[in-house]
Amino acid sequence: MYSTSDLKKGLKLMIDGEPHVIAGFDFSKPGKGQALYKCKLRNMITGALFDRTYRSGESFVPAPLEERDMQYLYQDETGYVFMDTKTYEQVSISEKTLAEDKYFLVDNMEVKVLMFGEIGIGITLPNFVNLRVTMAEPWVKGDTAAGNNKPATVATGYNLQVPSFVEEGILIQIDTRTGEYVTRVKE
Amino acid sequence: MATPNWALAAKKRRLTERARILTEIRAFFVADNFLEVETPYHIPSNAPEPYIDPQPCGNWALHTSPELCMKRLLAAGYERIFQLCHCWRAEEHGSKHLPEFTMLEWYRSNCDYRQLMQDCENLLTVLAANKNITYQGQQIDITPPFEQLTLKQAFINYAPLSLQQAINNNCFEEIYDRHVEPKLGNTKPTIIYDFPVSMASLAQVKKGDPLHAERFELYVAGLELANAFSELTDPEEQRRRFNADEQQRRSAGKAPYPLPEPFLRELDNMPPSSGIALGIDRLVMLLTDADDIQQVVTFCPQDL
Repeated sequence: MYSTSDLKKGLKLMIDGEPHVIAGFDFSKPGKGQALYKCKLRNMITGALFDRTYRSGESFVPAPLEERDMQYLYQDETGYVFMDTKTYEQVSISEKTLAEDKYFLVDNMEVKVLMFGEIGIGITLPNFVNLRVTMAEPWVKGDTAAGNNKPATVATGYNLQVPSFVEEGILIQIDTRTGEYVTRVKE
Repeated sequence: MATPNWALAAKKRRLTERARILTEIRAFFVADNFLEVETPYHIPSNAPEPYIDPQPCGNWALHTSPELCMKRLLAAGYERIFQLCHCWRAEEHGSKHLPEFTMLEWYRSNCDYRQLMQDCENLLTVLAANKNITYQGQQIDITPPFEQLTLKQAFINYAPLSLQQAINNNCFEEIYDRHVEPKLGNTKPTIIYDFPVSMASLAQVKKGDPLHAERFELYVAGLELANAFSELTDPEEQRRRFNADEQQRRSAGKAPYPLPEPFLRELDNMPPSSGIALGIDRLVMLLTDADDIQQVVTFCPQDL
């Protein structure tokens, strides 16, 4: 069990029978009265974000979550399908739940899938992923000034800023934590 | 070579401003004939406040405020005193709270809390160079006089229910936090006064109004900066209130707390006085446009 003094950003707990993560936390003691613990909570299944305020003395059940090593297989009408590398069990996660993470999935990529019972509620990607540029404006010769970025699109449909010398067909490395261009990959 | 602590290095502008503020505060009080004092941090007992938990330290505790020792100085004839010190309150952490923080307290004999309202006006005027503070995009005019609102009127102006309804429904804190505080001090600093006696354990009851205490809080840009009152000087009444507070602490399952007997003994000699506690970290937040208390202190517990 957690008490109010355990509440902080990132803590995962059960609320109304579903796992939630604290996305924002603050503390106040208005008028020198009782302490208030103000949480911005995200429902880890639906993604819904809402505010809830607690007083000292309340207690919380930790969310029973488990991380499993899985491999990304393919996308179908149910969402994105992953396979447990030990049990070969398959789990589908909806596009909405994956949010931005869907842009960084490559076939056969090894990821960690966060499970609530039999439901996949999120993934942890490798920090870097290589993706091929499918759309970018051509390089204007002589434009080598650092900081001259231009928009580009990669194979998964993700849009980002890349240096001016990056052209269509080139493989680039992206940091999945920030979504930003890292370097050009030599093939 | 280790990576430099950039986050700490980036605090330099605010820490430099913090040092200037502390220097100016000292000069302000010294110029008004106040004596700067230091009282022990490590004490056998704090005032038994139901909603403030001391940090235990050996068999004693760290002070949650220098209040009791400051009042013993008043009782011994020190008429104008101030102190800048660290205070500890267990488990208080958030964007405006640290479990160890810096407090300014000042006390005056032979005056009531109205004099402290003027002190606040004068102090802020000295600290804010051009009579204006810009905080998180809003401009606050700090030319005196500050806005004054009773707590009851603040609820009428900003809350969906009255102060009495909020108290009766046991949701005073929630309503005050959500509806009232964010509206206070946004164009001019706001002084909220006339707190119910039940919310002011160390304050004098208002003359001619037994339901209210002579207590006020100062708000600027929704930030509670200071809490002040005309001090209760009746030792018997103070003991009764401490016992009631201690009872409330124990029934909430908190550790028993010895009463501060030397303070209660000497309170009899204390002249009519008033005192105020002002959070220095929040003042620096306000004057350096910081939205989190961590930005205005060198280190927080998690940095150590």
